[in-house]
Amino acid sequence: MAKRLSVIDVDRCVGCQMCMFACTRRTGYAGLENACIHVRSAGGIRKGFTVIVCRACSDPPCARVCPTEALTPREGGGVRFKPNLCIGCYNCVEACPFGAALWDETNHKPQICVYCGYCADYCPYDVIKLEEISG
Amino acid sequence: MLPHDPLKRILYIDLSRRSFEVRERPELFDESLGGSGVGIRLLEEECPVNADPLGPENPIIFTVGPLVGLYPLASKTVAMFKSPHTGNLGESHAGGRSAVSIRMAGYGAVVIRGASVMPVYLVIDEDGVRFRDASALWGTRSSYTTGSVLRVREGGSGTRSIMRIGRAGERLVSYACVITETYRHFGRLGLGAVFGSKQLKALVIEGKRTLPVADRRAFRQTYDAIYKAAVDSPLMQKYHELGTPINVLPLDAIGALPTRNLQSGRFEGAEAISGESLAANYLGRRVACAHCPVACIHLAALRIPYPNDPYFYKTLMLGYDHEPIFAAGSMLGLDSVPGMLQVMDEIEMQGLDVMSTGVTLAWATEALARGLINEADTDGVTLAFGDAAGYIEAVQRITTQPTDFYRALARGVEHAATIYGGRSFALAFGGNEMPGYHTGPACHVGWSVGARHSHLDNAGYSLDQNALKKGQTLTPEFIGETLLNEERWRQVLTSLVLCLFARGIYDRETVLGALAAAGFAWDAEDLERLGAETLRRKIAFKQREGFDFGALRIPQRIIETPSPGGPFDEAFVREAIECYSNLL
Ligand code: SF4
Repeated sequence: MAKRLSVIDVDRCVGCQMCMFACTRRTGYAGLENACIHVRSAGGIRKGFTVIVCRACSDPPCARVCPTEALTPREGGGVRFKPNLCIGCYNCVEACPFGAALWDETNHKPQICVYCGYCADYCPYDVIKLEEISG
Repeated sequence: MLPHDPLKRILYIDLSRRSFEVRERPELFDESLGGSGVGIRLLEEECPVNADPLGPENPIIFTVGPLVGLYPLASKTVAMFKSPHTGNLGESHAGGRSAVSIRMAGYGAVVIRGASVMPVYLVIDEDGVRFRDASALWGTRSSYTTGSVLRVREGGSGTRSIMRIGRAGERLVSYACVITETYRHFGRLGLGAVFGSKQLKALVIEGKRTLPVADRRAFRQTYDAIYKAAVDSPLMQKYHELGTPINVLPLDAIGALPTRNLQSGRFEGAEAISGESLAANYLGRRVACAHCPVACIHLAALRIPYPNDPYFYKTLMLGYDHEPIFAAGSMLGLDSVPGMLQVMDEIEMQGLDVMSTGVTLAWATEALARGLINEADTDGVTLAFGDAAGYIEAVQRITTQPTDFYRALARGVEHAATIYGGRSFALAFGGNEMPGYHTGPACHVGWSVGARHSHLDNAGYSLDQNALKKGQTLTPEFIGETLLNEERWRQVLTSLVLCLFARGIYDRETVLGALAAAGFAWDAEDLERLGAETLRRKIAFKQREGFDFGALRIPQRIIETPSPGGPFDEAFVREAIECYSNLL
């Protein structure tokens, strides 16, 4: 079964961004740029946080607008990303209503979740979790 | 330092010329790491002797360190400047997203020189600086407004820091603060007034990048060890659950909670304003600084009905900590939580340092009761312990300064007491108002000698408490020596801009391991050298600007009001100060 990252309870999010750092560390670097997850305030910290993750759609709009098949649907939901095929057109970023196709300014390519769940291991408050996609 | 680490880049901004340049200075960071260590060296370079703290010659320096962006709890930005409040070293630390944003924008330090001829705000990213017109923001009644406007107007939500001042900074109140991410502050020593003097309303800094590490495996291993230590440590647990106000009840129980201008160390309202009571009745949300799993920031939700409009409410979300509770609670005799929170809210809206404001108003309350001042001085405002409404009015007037008396209050309690009398109960040390502990002699010695006037400089308060627990008697020699050693080590931690709550996690060995993975081959001796040298430089800067250990004023009130550490006299305190300065 395909897995995806789910936001279990956004109200428990403290905005620590441990998940964003973990996602970048996964690629062997420190910092934030390689993160495929984004956490920002919901219009000022007093209102809490928004956690943006790829929800692994069954008919992903990002893949539909990709002209080069760099993004293709994954069996069971979500997408696979082949950076070598990507021409950096930005279509996917505009197509995802959640803003989950994040942009890597250095390489001019999107940052696409690989559904590994590494970030969830570092979330101290159980906000996010890797789950099997059901229905 | 690793060849591609952008830490070496220093962004120099000239507000007078509206220009900027980036200079690479790897040797500075290789020798002093960052934070306090690099900050004091830049201050020595940038700040001329006898500079006017509110003149264009006073620089603002922000520094971060090599561990920021790499490891959890390396989350502070160190600000250095000449303080308009004390006339010597200004050093103030804040978290929020400030440190991560500066590092992610690709800088190790930001130096701001000169002064603008009109209100501006700055937008900083890796390409440099954009100067933006802030004249429409100047004079807005509430500091919250500036945050709301810039949040919408500028990009980078989630990976930026928005530092801003309130009207108190614009009006040059010498203890005005700089607010970042709404709930964190460069609180003490008047950075807000230095911003104001430069007509610098705010600074938005944004960035997102990767940082190189020396060895990926070692980096991940070191990371995991630190992360595990942080989330498993009981200390961290306590800061997450109740936060710093966990100290209110224990301090009250031993008689160390400064109350009503330190006329007492016990407060009958302590229970009401305790961390336990606030968590049970008001806690609305906990939030974290960037890259910190602890989330010690506690926000109270306070619902206030409009008196004459049924079903109209406003809901405040207000950050609280031990120090604001002491300063706007026990010190002012406020035992009603809504009253205390509304005083804090007014202080936030003006953009004042809450500790200096509370201590100054506590003195003013006593001065009014003793007839040193009258209601003409206070502009008709009644200052009385326990009366929140009067304090809210007074806080507004510290900014607007309608009378000579408020003009004096706007420069702090030391200055006001020099004019109006009542110095024996003016609770300032070296010109800066006291923090929220009256544990015994060591805490007071600590903030007399401390290089940046914070209770976290050197932990005098924990010396007192440990002695009490163990039934020891403190000697001046022991206090002087212990404070000095501890403060040297804390210079290392603040050069790495580690949160001082994490000092138990980042022991010497952990620090060296973390540095190695970041490409700094340091050993224990290097750390000792940096700690001693940074403290020496900071004290030298203070002395250069007129600070004198021998001339420190010891407020009589700390001697008269019994402390749990037992009776002590002024001679004892002076002796401990002398031991400290001789050992330096
Ligand atoms: S790690 Fe968890 S609590 Fe922290 S920002 Fe990410 S989702 Fe929120």
